[in-house]
This record gives sequence, structure tokens and C-alpha cells, in this order.
Amino acid sequence: MCLSDIARELDLTVIYDGGDIDREITGGYATDLMSDAIAHAKAGDLWVTLQVHVNVVAVASMKDLGAVVLTQDRQPLPETLQKARDEGIPLLGSNLRAFDLIGRLYQLGIRGT
Amino acid sequence: MNRKETVNELQLLVYELDVESAMTKEVVTVSPDLAMDKLPKILKSNRITGVPVTEDGRLVGIISLEDYVRWAADDGKPSCVGDVMTRKVHTIYSDEPLVSAVSRLERFACGRLPVLDRTTDTLAGIVTKGDVIESMLGNLEIDYREEGLRTYRTSRFFEDIVSDSTELSFAYEIRGESISEGGEVASSLKKTLRRLGMHPDVVRRAAITVYEAEMNVIIYAKAGRVRVSIDQHHISMVVEDEGPGIPDLEQAMAPGFSTAPESVRELGFGAGMGLPNIKQCAESFEIESVVGEGTTLRVSFHMEEACA
Repeated sequence: MCLSDIARELDLTVIYDGGDIDREITGGYATDLMSDAIAHAKAGDLWVTLQVHVNVVAVASMKDLGAVVLTQDRQPLPETLQKARDEGIPLLGSNLRAFDLIGRLYQLGIRGT
Repeated sequence: MNRKETVNELQLLVYELDVESAMTKEVVTVSPDLAMDKLPKILKSNRITGVPVTEDGRLVGIISLEDYVRWAADDGKPSCVGDVMTRKVHTIYSDEPLVSAVSRLERFACGRLPVLDRTTDTLAGIVTKGDVIESMLGNLEIDYREEGLRTYRTSRFFEDIVSDSTELSFAYEIRGESISEGGEVASSLKKTLRRLGMHPDVVRRAAITVYEAEMNVIIYAKAGRVRVSIDQHHISMVVEDEGPGIPDLEQAMAPGFSTAPESVRELGFGAGMGLPNIKQCAESFEIESVVGEGTTLRVSFHMEEACA
């Protein structure tokens, strides 16, 4: 499913579009632990997390993740947003908590890999 | 590219390319009213051996040098092209795959096929065996060049260097307590290994390893460095730090065990997964630590090894 469709369906805020909001999202992963994301998230995944610091983008870029969604209306730190721009990683926001957001993503057909 | 791959590429190309991409679009045509004795001059000046005959853009026949010779040998009485031409012409539509052109040229043993536009049914071009070969070679060359750039294999790079043994090495410094810089060494190394054309799986595992090691240095130590050396078959990595050292290595290796401070855990680090992650990625794994002095980690990856 493409990122812009997901954003529209779930009413996500596009904080930064990553230069290509229509990119294909191939799966999903949810964790707030960096090592967990590094070890288990897959390229093309939508990563659901409440972490907003710059390492989130570093990890997403290293693993070629499709996008990062910040939960609970959390805002990225300025350096996080800057790094997202540098690395072309889309940053989105949701007012939902992780549990509910993931449930809706699942309903849309996004699966863990 | 070995021979088998080339054949597969060619097979793919004849299905992927359409006739339009190979055909000659500017076609010389003649009218059926043209006098036969004018034909040789037209063929000769255009260096062709046959020409489609059209009337208002519609193909009505084809006339070749062979037809001319037959006509001249017969008695050569004044006639026009329309009387001598072959009326039953094998044609092909411009949107058909190139493979259809090849099989039709072969089956009807003809040198050229007039190409028709499917919607207007008018003559759109002409395609010869030469056009087919030229188009396929052209496309193959483009593919080959792109492929060549992508798969600049490290092994090939090493083959070009004349020496008894060759090793590439890169060094990176890590500052302690610089959490926001976390991942920079990993991302530089990942870029470098990719440029060297290494297998994506090896790149992935090396990047994860260096990321975890880098974060360990940042979280626990004052400073550290990463040295990466690459020879024809292996990537070896040494990560050293001036840190507190690890009193119990077995405990440190246990998944979930961590001594990270709360401030770091809040950021999602210190989950006790770093060293186990590294061990899972690397083919060889050694760790030495002296309390109060520092820790040295040595890992290596086999380059040809597939996914772990």
C-alpha cells in the first residue's frame, strides 16, 4: 500500500514527506527500542514508535525503512526533522496510541513481516 | 555477464521491446503508378533492395530488386510498379513484440516487413533483420552498462591490484556521550561497502554490527574507534574503547541484560540487545575487556556468505 493512501485513511499528519509520499509500504514494525528496530524491522516497513530523537531517523535510514510514524501526537526534535530531510525519511504523526494505530494499520492490510 | 545470462537477456528483450522501437520510421515508398524503369535508381540511391508501394498512405504492395530482375528478364515491356509488385505482403503491427517480427521474417523468408499502425492501418515504418539485431544490441548494451556499474564487485577490485596480499582499511573515531551522533559510523560504513558493490546481506550485517558497537561506545565509554579491514574474502572489524570495561562478559552477552543509565533507556537504548545482535550478525565474534581500561571487540564477516 502506498504511504499517501495510508496517511489519508488513518488521518496521519505528514510532518515530512521524505521526498516521495507515494512510496510503497511493504510491512510494519512497532518498537521503542533502537536495537529491536535495528535487528528486526525490514526495508520498506512503516515503523511505529513514540521515540522522537534523532537516532530514530538514523536507524530508519540504516534499515531502509519506508517511513516513521510518531504516536500520541509527539513532535520530532528539530534535529530529528533535519536528519529526516537529509536522509529522505518520511516522518508522520498520529494522535492515536501505538496499540490503536497498529490495529488500524492491520485493518488496512499492513502486516508485520 | 556469462553466456547463459546473455541468452536470457536477449530472450527477454525480444519479448519486452516492440516493433516500433526497432523499425525505421522514415520509409521510402513508391506509388503503383511509377514506371518500372525508374525503380533501380530509387533503390540504388537509397541503398535498399525493396520498397513498399503505397496509395494515400495505405500499403498496397511491395516491390523488390528481385521483382525488377524478373520483370527485366521476362521482356521488360513498359509497365508500372502496380502491375509487377507483390500484392500479398506480410506485415506486422507496430505494437507487436519484436519476437513476432523475428518469427515472421524467418517463416516467410523475407528480408523486410512493412509495419502498420493498428489504429489507422497506414504504413508506419519498415523493419529488417538488421534493425532487430541493432535494436537488441543497443538495449543490451544499455542494460549491460547499468548492470556493470551496479555490480562492481569487490572481488574484481581486488583482482585488479597486483600484490601478494591486499587489504583495504577504514578507520572511524567515536566520541563518547554523543548520542545524537549515534549511527554516523554505521551509515558511513554502509555507504562505503555499498559503493564497493558488496552483497546487500553482508552490508546489512556489517552495518548492524557497527551500529550496535558504536552505540555501546557512545553510551558507556569516553571515546573509541572502529577499524575495518577488507581483503578479498573477509571484512574484519575491531572496535576499541577507553571505557569502564565489562566485569562479567557472560552476563553482558545475555539478551536483556543491561547496565545502561535510565536517561539512555528512555531513548530506547540499553535494552540489552546490542551484543547479542552483533553476535547474531557476525561469523566470528571475540570480546576482551579489562575493567577500568576498556573493551575490544573483534568480529568478521565472510563476503560470499549468504544470509544468516
